[in-house]
Amino acid sequence: MFKILRKEVLTPQTKLFVVEAPLIATKVEPGQFVVLRIDEKGERIPLTVADFDREKGTLTLIFQEVGKTTYHLGTLNEGDAILDLVGPLGRPSEIENFGKVACVGGGIGIAPVYPIARALKAAGNEVISIIGARSKDLLILEKEMAEVSHEIYVTTDDGSYGKKAFVTQELERLIKEGYRFAFAIGIGPVPMMKAFALVTTRYAIPAKVSLNPIMVDGTGMCGVCRVSVSGVTRFACVDGPEFDASEVDFDLLTARQRIYCEEERQSLERYQQSKCGGCERE
Amino acid sequence: MNEERAKPKVSPKREPMTRQDPHVRRHNFEEVALGYTEEQAVREAQRCLSCKKKPCVSGCPVEIEIPEFVKFIAERRFQEAIDKIHEKNSLPAICGRVCPQEDQCEKMCILGKKWEPLAIGRLERFVADYEMRKGEINIPKLPTPTGKKVAVVGSGPAGLTLAGDLAKMGHHVVIFEALHAPGGVLVYGIPEFRLPKEIVRKEVEYIKKLGVEVVTNFVVGKTRTIEELLRDGFDAVFVGAGAGLPYFMNIPGENLNGVYSANEFLTRSNLMKAYLFPEYDTPIKVGRRVAVVGGGNVAMDSARTAMRLGGEEVYCVYRRSRAEMPAREEEIENALEEGMILKELTNPVRIIGDENGWVREIECIKMKLGEPDSSGRRRPVPIEGSEFRLGVDVVVIAIGQGPNPLIPSTTPGLKTTKWGNIIAEEQTGATSLEGVFAGGDIVTGAATVILAMGAGRRAARAIDEYLRKK
Repeated sequence: MFKILRKEVLTPQTKLFVVEAPLIATKVEPGQFVVLRIDEKGERIPLTVADFDREKGTLTLIFQEVGKTTYHLGTLNEGDAILDLVGPLGRPSEIENFGKVACVGGGIGIAPVYPIARALKAAGNEVISIIGARSKDLLILEKEMAEVSHEIYVTTDDGSYGKKAFVTQELERLIKEGYRFAFAIGIGPVPMMKAFALVTTRYAIPAKVSLNPIMVDGTGMCGVCRVSVSGVTRFACVDGPEFDASEVDFDLLTARQRIYCEEERQSLERYQQSKCGGCERE
Repeated sequence: MNEERAKPKVSPKREPMTRQDPHVRRHNFEEVALGYTEEQAVREAQRCLSCKKKPCVSGCPVEIEIPEFVKFIAERRFQEAIDKIHEKNSLPAICGRVCPQEDQCEKMCILGKKWEPLAIGRLERFVADYEMRKGEINIPKLPTPTGKKVAVVGSGPAGLTLAGDLAKMGHHVVIFEALHAPGGVLVYGIPEFRLPKEIVRKEVEYIKKLGVEVVTNFVVGKTRTIEELLRDGFDAVFVGAGAGLPYFMNIPGENLNGVYSANEFLTRSNLMKAYLFPEYDTPIKVGRRVAVVGGGNVAMDSARTAMRLGGEEVYCVYRRSRAEMPAREEEIENALEEGMILKELTNPVRIIGDENGWVREIECIKMKLGEPDSSGRRRPVPIEGSEFRLGVDVVVIAIGQGPNPLIPSTTPGLKTTKWGNIIAEEQTGATSLEGVFAGGDIVTGAATVILAMGAGRRAARAIDEYLRKK
């Protein structure tokens, strides 16, 4: 069992947990992820590690409530425990002193960008961060990102906060203004990463994206997370999750993320009904 | 009774085992073979000739004293029978169900020269179940602890067997399992209807009662490396991580939605209990028509699972002929009885999808058998122009599994073959690294439960010797 030591509600649908997981905390590096299962009947889902404290033996997990499992997870509180948590999985981000780097995070993708930006800064890079969300109330980790960045730009799709733009438009604007990025990392929803790949490819900037396909075991055993990278099938769980942005087949990723759309909807409806039923009985 | 001419005391035919009706079992996940009653077991055990040479024992990879335990059954001394098996085999309820006895002990049985061989597997299962039903399991006396610690990577058949053996030798054993439940392929691979998970759980309980510690959610190579485990104070490490890397065919369309590796398909159903969706959260897609590609036991398990999940037309697409299918004959028969449609001498060439990226059809080519290849089996050759399409909703690729690269890639100095299998001495499991042993599918490539157990048994002896010298 993995105890939840702290819970923070970042936005109405985005929660942060600090979880006790000393073994994983001693080994995890930026870019890696964990797989968790809430309880005996739960499914296994991957979550990128948003932060870690080796001394305290804790991991920070940030997730958005989108399906049954994440909604259920969001109902857990400090003192509750997650049944299974395994990691650290996947390859760590390659942290080098590149020079000037762009760290681009969209929506929930800001969470995994944060430890990478911090590590890049610690490695001596000039970190230019661009973060964004659909609207102001969905924006997370602005303060934390500002602390690990030399410059930070904030956008929202609807203009409710920061600049009304997509993060990738802001990235392109900076490049046009003369920012010479030696490296860029972009994490967020697939359409954002696809646009990020287009921009970085257009300006020949070496760039990575972190992919989030469906996973089960997370150790290369099942192959459900297969993605196409420069035409070759790779397993995101062991070969990734980061790949060269220009080489990823994002359309395939989008299609494969939708495999269980119908079941996910069914599962969520059933869960919400059962919760309402529970209220009535009380 | 049967014709009693030559040997009036011995029936030429074995006691049949009751099985669920195929039409019924096709729709449920309950165990197919129901096991012997006491009467049946005693009658079957009485068929044993108790021959002096005991050829059956030489056919058993873990050298169970077969005639002895069978004699106990014939005398209705069931507890003594299971105690006898436990001396050599820590997992009898599992072996009695999934060992290919027809190629091992039963193949050597003298009775089999003229008649049907003794049903050794069924008898093993009977006494193992007898003890489980009784509720309390006899634990053998354990020796004084040696103070030596052994780490075992993977809780499948090789690791469990080795752990049990080493515990009985007085060593402290810790098994590290990457998944959330112990058992390896016994829980993620082999379906409930062939090996109930409750049985696996009880066998693991037995191993734990011997003093073995089982740590789940621990990925050796990630959570800790083998080097670190040795530094943490383990005196030896055994790697039994299994064949956890699914092979695909590298044909067009394999990444379409609805194409599964057998590993994924079976893991969802078995480990994650997707057959109980939505009560359990993990979903699985089956649709109406399913093509399972491959002819081994994993393919049979996949096809039979697909039927139970509601698949109406379930094809087994196999490139050689039925005679060459590597699956156990019994499993092929079970699958066919349940309605699996065998497309032998058929090889997929591509999978065709619809505009949304979902599987629609699988295009296959007919094959004929040519000259024997390196495996001695006749090589299948495509018949030009014989392409045809099967309309399917789901494709399960069950053409084999390779060694998972996680351990070799994180263990400097650990030598592997060009296919990524760990190189280990057959008799000892010793690898290129001192104190590191390996066995089971990660060494041999995908094989059987009992072969992995045999490797675990031999490695346990070698590790014991190594620890005593150290």
